[in-house]
Amino acid sequence: MTADTLNPAKAGLRAWLTTDTPASRGHARMVQAYLGWLSLTRNPLALLGLAILVVLIAVSALAPWIAPHDPLAQELTNRLQPPGSPGHLFGTDELGRDILSRIIHGASITLYIVTLVAVTAPVVGLVIGTLAGYIGGWTDTVLMRLTDIFLAFPRLVLALAFVAALGPGIENAVLAIAITSWPPYARLARAETLTVRHQDYISAIRLQGASATRIIAGHVMPLCLSSVIVRVTLDMAGIILTAAGLGFLGLGAQPPIPEWGAMISSGRKFLLDQWWVATMPGLAIFIVSLGFNLLGDGLRDILDPRSGQ
Amino acid sequence: MLLSPRFLRSVLKTVATIAVTFIGLLFITFIIGRVMPIDPALSVVGDKASEEIYQAARKAMGLDQPLYVQFFYYISDVFRGDLGTSLLTARPVAEDIIRVFPATLELATIATIFGIIFGVPMGVVAAVNKGRWPDQVVRVLGLFGYSMPVFWLGLIGLLVFYGVLGWVGGPGRLDIFFEDVVPNITGVILIDSLIAGDFEIFGNALSHIILPAAVLGYYSIAYISRMTRSFMLEQLSQEYITTARVKGISEFQVIWRHALGNVMVPLITVIALSYAQLLEGSVLTETVFAWPGLGFYITAGLLSADMNAVLGGTLVVGGVFVGLNLLSDLLYRLVDPRAR
Repeated sequence: MTADTLNPAKAGLRAWLTTDTPASRGHARMVQAYLGWLSLTRNPLALLGLAILVVLIAVSALAPWIAPHDPLAQELTNRLQPPGSPGHLFGTDELGRDILSRIIHGASITLYIVTLVAVTAPVVGLVIGTLAGYIGGWTDTVLMRLTDIFLAFPRLVLALAFVAALGPGIENAVLAIAITSWPPYARLARAETLTVRHQDYISAIRLQGASATRIIAGHVMPLCLSSVIVRVTLDMAGIILTAAGLGFLGLGAQPPIPEWGAMISSGRKFLLDQWWVATMPGLAIFIVSLGFNLLGDGLRDILDPRSGQ
Repeated sequence: MLLSPRFLRSVLKTVATIAVTFIGLLFITFIIGRVMPIDPALSVVGDKASEEIYQAARKAMGLDQPLYVQFFYYISDVFRGDLGTSLLTARPVAEDIIRVFPATLELATIATIFGIIFGVPMGVVAAVNKGRWPDQVVRVLGLFGYSMPVFWLGLIGLLVFYGVLGWVGGPGRLDIFFEDVVPNITGVILIDSLIAGDFEIFGNALSHIILPAAVLGYYSIAYISRMTRSFMLEQLSQEYITTARVKGISEFQVIWRHALGNVMVPLITVIALSYAQLLEGSVLTETVFAWPGLGFYITAGLLSADMNAVLGGTLVVGGVFVGLNLLSDLLYRLVDPRAR
C-alpha cells in the first residue's frame, strides 16, 4: 500500500488495469487478465500449483547446469547408494547413476510430452467440436458418434493398444495419448458452440457476409477457449500419469532416457531393499501432477465459475 | 407406469446407440490391428517359411481380401466369440479372457466397495462443512488421489504394508501353497473359498486383495467423494431441506436421510462410471501386484507382441465400459421417475 502511494507510476498502472471503462479491446483483455491474476493470488493452493509448474519449467530449462552429475554416467562401484550418500542427495540406481540428476533431466521429458499432447489434442477436439456444433445435422451426428466411440475406451487401455501397434517410444506414446485425449475437448467445444450459435452477434456477422470458416475460427472458437484451457490444465495431470504409466510398462521412453515412469519400473526390482530407486521418481510425478491439479482447480474457479462448486 | 411406450422407446434408442458404439469399437481395434508393422501372417508361419506357405497362410487368414471384407469377417468372428488365438498361451483369446476376467472383477468390486464406504461419507461431510477444514481435507485427499500414479502408490503400499510391516499378503491372489486348492466355481476366490467352506483360504485371499483393492479404490474414493459433495451442495440449498429443518427434524436426519436420499440417484451413475474406470486402473495395478486378471493379461500380451491378446482384451474392456454405461443409464431411468 505504502509503495503505491510513494510510487505514482505504479498506482497509475493499477488504476489503468482495474478500470471499468477500458479504452480498447487490448486494454479490456489486460484488465480481465489482471483481475483473474488477483483472484488467483487469493487462492493459496492454486498459487502453490503455479509455483510447482514454474519450478518444473525452470528445472527442465536449466537441467544441464543444476544437475550435479551426468544423468547417464554409470559408476558401477557406487551402485544403489542410499539417499544422503556423499554427492548423491537422492542416492544412486542399479547402474550407479545419480537419481537426483536423472529426475532433473527427466523434468524436460515430462514437459516435452505434456506440451506436445497439450498443443495437439485440444486443437483437434476444438475443431471437431465447433464444426459439429456449428454445422449440426449429419455432420454433428457422425462426428459426435465418433467421439463417443473413442470415449467408450478407457484412455490408458486404448493408448496401450495404439503403442502396441506403433511400437514403443516417446513420440508414439505422445501420439497414442493425443489420439485418446481429444474427445472430451470435442464434447466441451460442441456444447459451448451450441450455446453461442444462435446469438445475435453471430447472426450479425453472418449477415455481413462472413463465411462459416471465418465465423467458427474467428468468433466461435475464441469463446470456447477459456473452458478448454481449464480442461487442458486439469487434464495435464492425467496426461502425465498416462505417460508415466506407459513408461512404467516399458512402452514410452526407452532406456537409458531418464523418464520418470521408466525409472520407477527399473527401481521396482529393488523395492524391498533399496526403496529409494522407485520412490524418488514417483514423488516427482506426484508433485508435478498435483501442481497441475491445484492450478487447474484454481483456474476453473476463475475462468469457469459455473462449474466451480 | 414402469414400462410406458415412451420409456421403452428411449431404452431402444439407447440400445441402438450402444450397438453403433460397439461396431465403432470393433472398427478401432480392427484398424489398430492393421496399423501394426508386424505382418500377422509372417508371425504365424515364421520368417523361414517358403513363399508358398506364406501365401497360403495369408489366404487362410483372409489377408488377401479387400479391407472391408476383412472387417466383415472380423465382426462375424467376434460375434461368434472368436477373438483369435493367443501366441503366448496358444489358446483361444476368448477362453483366456473368461479365465482371467473374474480376478479383475473381484479386484474392481472390492475397490468400488472401498470407494463407496469412504467416498460417500467424505463427500457428505465436505458438503455440510463447505469451506471449513473438513472440506479442505477431503479436497486435498481427493487431489492427492488424482495426482498419484497408481502403480507407484501400489509399490509404496507393497513396501510399507508387506515389506516393512508384514500386515498383508504379497503379490498374487493367494500364497503359493494355497493355489488351486479350492475348486474353481465362479473364478472369484473370495466366493469359491466360502462355497468350499475353507476359511483359511478365504482369509489368505482377503489379505492378498486388501492392498491392491485399497490402492485402486483410492481413485474411486477421490472421484465419488468429489461428486457426492457437489450433489449434496445442490440438494442442501433446496427448499425442502429448509422445510424439514423448520419442522424440527434433527440435522442428522435432514442430512443423511433427506438430502443423501435424493443424492443416491445421480450417485448410481457416478458409481457405475467409477467402476468402469477401475478397469483402466486395474491394468497398472495388476501389473504391480502380479494379479492374474485382464489388465495383467493385456500387458503380458503387449510385452510379447501378442496382438490378438491385446486387441481381444482391449475390446472386452471397451465392451464392459459401454455395458456399464448402458447399465447406469437404465438404472437411472428406473430409479428416477422424472427420467422415465
